[in-house]
Amino acid sequence: MAALLEMRGISKVFPGVRALDHVNLSVEPGEIHAICGENGAGKSTLMKVLSGVYPHGTYEGEILYDGAPLANRSISDSESKGIIIIHQELALVPLLSIAENVFLGNEVARNGVINWQEAFQRTEELLKKVGLSEPPSTKVEKLGVGKQQLVEIAKALSKNVRLLILDEPTAALQENDSQKLLDLMLELKAQGITSILISHKLNEISRVADRITILRDGSTVSTLSREEISEERIIRDMVGRDMAHRYPEREPKIGDVLMEVKNWNVWHPEQQHRQMIRDVNFHVRKGEIVGIAGLMGAGRTELAMSIFGGSYGRNISGEVIVNGSRADTSTVARAIDAGIAYVTEDRKGLGLVLEEPILRNISLANLAGIALRGVLNTAQEASVAEGYRKAMAIRTPSVHQKVVNLSGGNQQKVVLSKWLFTDPQVLILDEPTRGIDVGAKFEIYGLMNRMAEEGRGVVMISSEMPELLGMCDRIYVMNEGAFVGELAREDASQERIMSLIVSK
Amino acid sequence: MAVVVKNENESAKPGLDYLKENFREYGMLMALIAIVVFFLVIVRALLGVDFLSAQNITNLFLQNSYVIIMALGMLLVIVAGHIDLSVGSVAAFVGAISAVMSVNLGLPVYVVVPLCLACGGLIGAAQGYWIAYWRIPSFIVTLAGMLVFRGLTLWLLGGQNIGPFSKGFQSLSTGFIPDLLMVERPNMTALLVVIVASALMVWFGIRSRNRDAAYGIQQEPTGIFYIRNAVMAAALIFVGWKLASFRGLPNVLIVMTVLTVLYAFFTEQTTAGRRIYAIGGNLKAAKLSGINTEKLVFLTFVNMGVLAALAGMIVTARLNSATPKAGVGFELDVIAAVFIGGASMSGGVGKIVGVVIGAFIMGVMNNGMSILGIGIDYQQVIKGLVLLAAVIFDVYNKSK
Repeated sequence: MAALLEMRGISKVFPGVRALDHVNLSVEPGEIHAICGENGAGKSTLMKVLSGVYPHGTYEGEILYDGAPLANRSISDSESKGIIIIHQELALVPLLSIAENVFLGNEVARNGVINWQEAFQRTEELLKKVGLSEPPSTKVEKLGVGKQQLVEIAKALSKNVRLLILDEPTAALQENDSQKLLDLMLELKAQGITSILISHKLNEISRVADRITILRDGSTVSTLSREEISEERIIRDMVGRDMAHRYPEREPKIGDVLMEVKNWNVWHPEQQHRQMIRDVNFHVRKGEIVGIAGLMGAGRTELAMSIFGGSYGRNISGEVIVNGSRADTSTVARAIDAGIAYVTEDRKGLGLVLEEPILRNISLANLAGIALRGVLNTAQEASVAEGYRKAMAIRTPSVHQKVVNLSGGNQQKVVLSKWLFTDPQVLILDEPTRGIDVGAKFEIYGLMNRMAEEGRGVVMISSEMPELLGMCDRIYVMNEGAFVGELAREDASQERIMSLIVSK
Repeated sequence: MAVVVKNENESAKPGLDYLKENFREYGMLMALIAIVVFFLVIVRALLGVDFLSAQNITNLFLQNSYVIIMALGMLLVIVAGHIDLSVGSVAAFVGAISAVMSVNLGLPVYVVVPLCLACGGLIGAAQGYWIAYWRIPSFIVTLAGMLVFRGLTLWLLGGQNIGPFSKGFQSLSTGFIPDLLMVERPNMTALLVVIVASALMVWFGIRSRNRDAAYGIQQEPTGIFYIRNAVMAAALIFVGWKLASFRGLPNVLIVMTVLTVLYAFFTEQTTAGRRIYAIGGNLKAAKLSGINTEKLVFLTFVNMGVLAALAGMIVTARLNSATPKAGVGFELDVIAAVFIGGASMSGGVGKIVGVVIGAFIMGVMNNGMSILGIGIDYQQVIKGLVLLAAVIFDVYNKSK
């Protein structure tokens, strides 16, 4: 059977980074084709090439669609050919109704005048197809993420979709919503719609996918047929090394208690009676890496930010004890002085000044370190940054490069450099490897080990349990704002963590 | 994403590459020079007079001093991610206060000036408080301020002009540094000051180059460094010579120059200046880096108020009367100068040098077009187009 889509030798270069390197992808009509790969492997970039976000000419290689060359100039170009992508971040307007969203940019109109009766009627039919019973006049903001996802699919169907691309559609969904979505995909397949599914979740892939293409570091590693799909094989191809060597070796040398948090309570910043953190107690020792596990919304980020200068929440109570004496953490500046550093999960939004060069980002949290009586020594600043560039292996032609041009892993190294320059005793790392490719992850783990070896305490918040199990000496489990358990390295396993979360 | 692409054009011409990278800054300077040369040629050809005559150069400084002084503060405001629409009204209001104090109450100038600057600071604080601590958008707060202080000006002046001022107050704007060396013309003090200033500029340039070199930092190529310094020193001395052969250095020019140097130093070399850039670049990241963002934004507006007050007094002194219509539209000239100078609407970007050049581009065009007798109608159109072109050029440059 002739392929519906054939992408050959696709390469895409960003300043300083080759995101795609001769990627091949072939999708047959009527199949569900999964694309798999670690963060940064190039999945999203590949789909952006396909859907016209990166127009023809900004990448190398050729795309054949229905046997004819495809040269998309824009997203609407590819949509007119029935290629529709649903991004991870949904592109719905929350204050508009379902019907308005479904036909946004594609209104049922004559001479610019919208025929609302027809629009609502057609929306209702589409919603039936995707299994939604809400009236079309419902505002999208009233729907949960799962249902919003279905509205996106209804929108795709309204455009006579032939090739539907779903970019990690279940990432933010609860289990039963995910199941519904996968069922819908199978249903659409029965109606002859071809889909590309980008996902991390191997159980989902093995459930619906007919074939799977694995990307790693911007290249195609393999395409497996349904019979060849096995979890081991996928992981090996994705990671490029055995699971056993995903985490660098470390001989923990654990000393005295460095930081202790006692009876920590935090209320929601806006909703008066909502308590976000409840009686949390924990400690971290010199040279120790402590993990905090939990599901999304468990309150881990809120906990960390409230400790870090009250950056989150209201009515914060409790004690932070650093090196045996009570520390003042009432503002960020004081928390830094007390020897605490917080590396945010939202690198771009909260961690970096993207349009500024590397050296200015590194010095930002400790300008006093490069200044005398408020006057900066910019030459010293550059030499400090240069030092970190070498020590942290930040890959960049120069420290004068804007951080916006760096890859996720290198950006994270800049953030880590920035906080190490404040010479903290305790580093709280919030999802330190999110959005980072595998090779860089390994490097970040190595840097974390080095921080511990230098005698700092490291608190690691992560949603990826294997990472916590691989890195931490001790793991706290958090659920609904409270700590529900503590596991030593030897006792910890994914099952134990999950059961602690569920049993609460 | 781990594959790093090697920088392929390790060019043999570092000088050219450097110019290309810093095209914006040199481009603005070139544009200013081009505009000056254009008027020089046209004015001579059409009217047979010298555009760069001593008198006209003096005029250029006197006419534009207030824009430059306010633009220094406005740059900080805009870099911090805000805007101040009230500066024209504040300048007028403080001008009116100075008139009441100076003319009606007969207070001496050394009392009036500090009091008026303090008034400006208070006004800035009153606006900055809402912006920084209550997070009311600066556009709204200062739009309100624009109306309020215009109204207060009318009220204070009772719809009348107040003047004339004492000689002492007038010298704020129209005074010149006397020739201490007692040579009548050329004014030797002026010449000496300019020569010392150029020498200092070159000396500081070389010193910071050497310091950079000691830390092994990449820097401006040697050739460009010397050419740039030679051109700037020559321009300075030329202007100084011209001024010296007329009435010497205007007081305003000294104030303006000192402020420009101070603010350039503040923005580039101090922790507080750096923090303002971080606030405009990413407010949340700045906050999480331990920066007291509210306080800095507040102080930025206080500073703006003080500079608006200074500009208000200079304008009042120049007109020799406080009028209800003073300062109308100043805010737009000032904001335009900042954007022509390369600041970004979204904050975090902009340089003092750029702003001064931007203000001079506007000023030279105003002056040149007036000399040519171009009507105010066309002048507005042309200035608007220049502003648009400068920003388009910026955006285009960035997307390349």
